[in-house]
Amino acid sequence: MNRKQKIMLVRIVAAAAMMIGLEFAPVEGVVRFLLYLVPYLVIGYDILKKAVRGILNRQVFDENFLMAVATVGAIALALYDRSGDYTEAVAVMLFYQIGEWFQSYAVGRSRKNISELMDIRPDYANIEKDGVLEQVDPDEVAIGSVIVVQPGEKVPIDGVVIEGTSSLNTSALTGESVPRDITAGHEVISGCINLTGVLKIRTTKEFGESTVSQILDLVENASSRKSRSEDFISKFARVYTPAVCYAALALAILPPLARIFGMGLAPEWDVWIYRALTFLVISCPCALVISIPLSFFAGLGGASREGVLIKGSNYLETLAQTGIVVFDKTGTLTQGVFEVNAVHHSKIDRSRLLEYAALAESSSSHPISKSLQKAYGGKIDRSRVSDVQEISGNGILAVVDGIRIAAGNDKLMKRLGIEYIPCHIAGTIIHMAIDGQYAGHIVISDVVKPHAKQAIEELKRAGVKKTVMLTGDIRRVAEKVASELGLDTVYSDLLPAGKVEKVEELLAGKSKKERLAFVGDGINDAPVLGRADIGIAMGAMGSDAAIEAADVVLMDDDPLKIAKAIRISRKCLGIVYQNIVFAIGIKLLCLLLGAVGLANMWLAIFADVGVMILAVLNAIRALFVKNL
Amino acid sequence: MKKSYKIDVDCANCANKMEEAARKTEGVKNATVNFMLLKMNVEFEDGANPSEVMQNVRTNCRKVEEDCEIYC
Repeated sequence: MNRKQKIMLVRIVAAAAMMIGLEFAPVEGVVRFLLYLVPYLVIGYDILKKAVRGILNRQVFDENFLMAVATVGAIALALYDRSGDYTEAVAVMLFYQIGEWFQSYAVGRSRKNISELMDIRPDYANIEKDGVLEQVDPDEVAIGSVIVVQPGEKVPIDGVVIEGTSSLNTSALTGESVPRDITAGHEVISGCINLTGVLKIRTTKEFGESTVSQILDLVENASSRKSRSEDFISKFARVYTPAVCYAALALAILPPLARIFGMGLAPEWDVWIYRALTFLVISCPCALVISIPLSFFAGLGGASREGVLIKGSNYLETLAQTGIVVFDKTGTLTQGVFEVNAVHHSKIDRSRLLEYAALAESSSSHPISKSLQKAYGGKIDRSRVSDVQEISGNGILAVVDGIRIAAGNDKLMKRLGIEYIPCHIAGTIIHMAIDGQYAGHIVISDVVKPHAKQAIEELKRAGVKKTVMLTGDIRRVAEKVASELGLDTVYSDLLPAGKVEKVEELLAGKSKKERLAFVGDGINDAPVLGRADIGIAMGAMGSDAAIEAADVVLMDDDPLKIAKAIRISRKCLGIVYQNIVFAIGIKLLCLLLGAVGLANMWLAIFADVGVMILAVLNAIRALFVKNL
Repeated sequence: MKKSYKIDVDCANCANKMEEAARKTEGVKNATVNFMLLKMNVEFEDGANPSEVMQNVRTNCRKVEEDCEIYC
């Protein structure tokens, strides 16, 4: 609680105590009036003051002015009727203030909670000077400086580890709770927490360009991009208050006139004025105006805690309407790293064949060569290899341990005149020949991510109607992956420009209500990310381009997060709609009941404050997305 | 030119009113108030002097909501 809130709380308690006390005080007439004026002024003096200011500034539809009119009116009616019932006016003011206090308190709390969730801003960086650690502002650290990160501290700036071994907690960035082991040579990104060992890091970026700054920027600006619901509410609020006020005015004047001139009855001015004053009590659009942005704020905060950064409330809204999800294959559904999947028709021991292949390819930096070395697993001793001859587009000829090895595709085998056995598996095939004799082939293919299949199933369960995969890969490979994962449609052999065309085709073909999301790794699909209704980049940790181009950024590269992001957005939008319908519904109901005289001021203020409190509590629910 | 200012205001509807008042101020091309972050992003017209414009923005905001502050 801040100072303002504390003072307000004291005023609320004091006024409430006085009001209850006065209920039992046996006083009548002027004394009673004056005594009731005390709690009324204690709780409402600032509202009355603001109301006067509002009139001077010609702000008639200011809620302070309306509350002032409603309560002063109620007191005047009590005086006119000689009923001595001043409790109502005090109570209305009291509950109005309780509502305002609760709103301010709840918003303050969630503001704090959410900023704590995103508390990844490092306060300092350690620099070693003459053997002593010195804390400096991360902004002042130049690229290429060496910083020291001790256990328990946040990595302040992106860089490369030059000394030390440790594990990093990346959960604030990715939502992933398993620590990541790192050692010298590994790249580290800012915002992670160093858990076990002391690390020396050579910075590769300035603080302002580091991951942590970019994420904070993105999160802080996210709720500034307003959604259609928010626009609707601010427009509604602008119309609602004046409309209710005019309705109140009409209610105070027209029925009594109609009674006098139309029906020849007594006008009953006091009854109708009382009903009109009840209208004014319900005229504040607070519940709506606070709960909708609060829901979005909580939703965005909850999502970023799970490693899903959404760039604006508007994107949260679009994401909730996703009907088609289009994937890029490599790096999104597959890992984008090649792995040896199988060895076929080998005449010698499998590991032996891999050893020869790895050695023959050892001078190449191609991903294929890396995957062979990885599959072999042993140490590569280049002195065993000689006479390496690379035939571009075919393969490699080399001498390993004095034996002639040929490793390459079918073209190489044809060229050498060696009969080979074609492979039925989709992927890159490396045929091997030892001393001119065919020795079998090695199948290398891109590996599907462990959660990819489950991710597609989850998307279907989340209500996505169509899943599409786009790839530059050949048809056989693409179709195999697609059927394995259960994708609906696949388009293969696409150049980057072709991907944009396909997305445009799909955009033209979809129904108006659905939105199309494109998921890519952000490396070379920026145009497609931009073209889709919503662009989702994954594995974005440390990739500026992806953060720039996409609307939604998944910090790690787990495709399961896509379905999660959609569920988070659906929950948030659900809450938003609940609040809109609930708050407007209750207000209209109260207006109706008030107009026919079934609701008095007590009910009106209870409904008004109650709706606001419930709507705010409901909005905060958007923050809890862990188990979605 | 765009600038971001920290603000202080108590209620969400008041924040909306401040946004409207800021938008109507001369020299302001567009303004958005983020109540949850207590921030006002102002886009100025070409050639406008931000500090002068912001004085007017503050005066106009005070007219619609007495209890507000813009730190600029």
